[in-house]
Amino acid sequence: MIRFESVTKRYPDGTVAVDALSLEAPSHQITVLVGPSGCGKTTSLRMINRMIEPTSGRIWIDDRDTATVSPPELRRGIGYVIQHAGLFPHRTIVDNVATVPYLLGQDKRAARKKALELIERVGLPAHFAKRYPAQLSGGQQQRVGVARALAADPLIMLMDEPFSAVDPVVRAELQDEFLRLQAEVGKTIVFVTHDIDEAIKLGDHVAVLRVGGKLAQLATPAELLADPADDFVAGFVGRDRGYRALGFETVSDLPLSPEPTVALGSPLADASRVAQDGWILVVDDSGAPQGWLSVGNGAAPPPDTDQVLPELLHRGGTVAALGGSYRAALDAALSSPTGRGVISDESGRFAGTVTATQVVSLIDARQAATR
Amino acid sequence: MDHRSEDLGFLWDHVWLSAVPVIIGLVIALPLGWLARRYTWTYPPLMSITGLLYTIPSIALFVIVPPLFGLKSLDPLQVPIALTVYSVALLVRVVADGLASVPDEVTQAATAIGFGRMRRLVSVELPIAVPVIAAGLRVATVSNVSLVAVAGTIGMDNLGRLFDQGVQLSTPTAYYPPIVLGIVLCVLLALAFDVLIVLGNRLLTPWRRAVISQ
Amino acid sequence: MISDVFTWLNDPSHWRDSAIFDGIPTQLLNHLRYSVIALLIAAAIALPLGLLIGHTRRGGWFVSTVNAIRAIPTVGLLVLLAVMIAPHFHGRTDLGYLIPTEIVLVIIAIPAILANTYAGVQSVDPEVRDAAAGMGMTGSQVLWHVELPCSLPLVISGIRSATLQVIATATIASYLPLLGGFGRFIYDGYHQQDYAQMVSGGVLVALLAMIADLLLATAQRYAVSRGISGRYAKSAGGATTVATVEAEVSAV
Repeated sequence: MIRFESVTKRYPDGTVAVDALSLEAPSHQITVLVGPSGCGKTTSLRMINRMIEPTSGRIWIDDRDTATVSPPELRRGIGYVIQHAGLFPHRTIVDNVATVPYLLGQDKRAARKKALELIERVGLPAHFAKRYPAQLSGGQQQRVGVARALAADPLIMLMDEPFSAVDPVVRAELQDEFLRLQAEVGKTIVFVTHDIDEAIKLGDHVAVLRVGGKLAQLATPAELLADPADDFVAGFVGRDRGYRALGFETVSDLPLSPEPTVALGSPLADASRVAQDGWILVVDDSGAPQGWLSVGNGAAPPPDTDQVLPELLHRGGTVAALGGSYRAALDAALSSPTGRGVISDESGRFAGTVTATQVVSLIDARQAATR
Repeated sequence: MDHRSEDLGFLWDHVWLSAVPVIIGLVIALPLGWLARRYTWTYPPLMSITGLLYTIPSIALFVIVPPLFGLKSLDPLQVPIALTVYSVALLVRVVADGLASVPDEVTQAATAIGFGRMRRLVSVELPIAVPVIAAGLRVATVSNVSLVAVAGTIGMDNLGRLFDQGVQLSTPTAYYPPIVLGIVLCVLLALAFDVLIVLGNRLLTPWRRAVISQ
Repeated sequence: MISDVFTWLNDPSHWRDSAIFDGIPTQLLNHLRYSVIALLIAAAIALPLGLLIGHTRRGGWFVSTVNAIRAIPTVGLLVLLAVMIAPHFHGRTDLGYLIPTEIVLVIIAIPAILANTYAGVQSVDPEVRDAAAGMGMTGSQVLWHVELPCSLPLVISGIRSATLQVIATATIASYLPLLGGFGRFIYDGYHQQDYAQMVSGGVLVALLAMIADLLLATAQRYAVSRGISGRYAKSAGGATTVATVEAEVSAV
């Protein structure tokens, strides 16, 4: 557990970066510090491992005051991930990852072995170990940065906008992998970002800071969306709060309706015969939904083939899984060309359809129950 | 003994011998540097040759030049020729690097606006390359001042002769005045060139001093 | 004249020592001796200093001041020191000229090594430095494990530059009587009006300088980590800043 006890950072020219900040980041959970530029989130993070020294106040890691430990010793027990990874250009990937174990004097061979495991754990192929950072893309370098932070198996990890420098597609992948990794290792993590959506997606607890380094609200993402503390937080969290909050609750007992399906590769004539309103749902051999096919209606020109092929499918509709969120179920219904949202079971096989009205009724019922 | 007029003569010779090779060197280096950038296959051989020439110590170059150029062995012309070769060797790389320092977006924007290649070089690329080229010119002129003095040891007329005189007059006891005078004048001359180039750089690049207005 | 030079160089008597003449191998050793001593001393001073100033990022003004040494004419300094020191060594006259020479050579070599070492440490990506400190490296560990290896290209480049200047100045030192090295051929040739000898001396000096530079360039290639020299995907870009040009110090 990391605890800030009235921590202030004032610079010689008078600027106050952090103003009497008190908060607690619980163990084994991700606490996100988020806010606009100048809110002191990075400064606060860097005070935990004393890259910046507080002007007043204390920071506790479990029951140790960070000021009582020498900075290098403190930092060797804390994983530190920064925006552009900061990999050592003159060392190979595996040597980069094994840096802290080497520093701690661990056996080189054992350290290298552990480093190789970590490289694969963060989703990189094993043969990257011998490469140099300059040969890797930004996203790959970031993964190495995370591996390096994990190498000495620290209890705590500090992450300063680690995913901000990559493009959105890579960023989403990295975020998902990060959550998967955290589910496995359960570190105490303090994470800084300027992106409220990232904070909501990744954080177990979110601390919103305002300019001048003051804490505006510390809450779980769901609470933040449902009940912002003041106008600033409400404005920072942004619009569509109700809709985004739907992403946090899982829906049970979705009323599923059956739907005729046709398999990929079957003759088009079959498809036309079975279709109800000019649309037929296509599944693959294992029963996983692939998309909707438009037949009859005369809108599409006659195809060159007489089989159901992937190129003919309409791809607009999303598929929600059983046990997913209200948001996913609602989106499946809204994005489907037939108005019937496709739901799959845990193994990916088609389970049934649901309409938007049905999902909204469920949402209404839930709101009423919790009001 | 009327030292003053003789010393002034040395100073004047030194000024010319230091400055002219750099100017001629720049004139030769500009097209060569441009060539190296424009036709990138010429860059490695050009850099190898100039690099090679630059490793040759000055005095060696001084004595090697006459046989190569068909001059008498101690012809005064060998000094400016050798120093020009030196200056070219240094400045070709500087010009190439200076042109390389112009951001790609700027050259592409200029082309898109409709600048022809020559016009773009003169109005856009060279002005932006000025700081890098100026830095190279400073190195070239300051080192030239020292190199010209070296030529004084093989009899050429310039401030280096003062050191020669100092040595001759220093038996049996040390006679400092000409030596100190020589050093002081060389340093002042080097500083003067340096300041001139810095001022020239400032004059030619007014945008670098622009303060961001609030 | 060119053929005369060939003749002079091929004359076996010029490769032997005699009572009045030191042969080419002897002068080569002399030249190397003067140069290596000066370079070792200069490196011992300038390398740690450059690393320290670059690491602590204080005292950059010192590096600029030292750079101003370039403005001092080397011949003048040589003559000044020789005239001051030599008279004290009557009887051991060789040392009387050797000491001022070594002093001048060290003074010449320091700016190049210092400026390039400083620039090299400065060129290390601040994010890499931050990550290193954040992982728990002490100041000296950051310097030794990260800053030094990453600044190696510029450091070796500085040593190359200094070597060329020292070889060149050691040649001029033969202007002083009794000092050996290839410059001896140049100045003796000048005084005796034996121009074949003079030009041969020049050729020998040029060859020495080129070979030394080649050796150091090879060392540079192999000493620098491949991750930095970019012998992989990343393209160099080639943009040079003003600071880099100033770091490319001239030879004498």
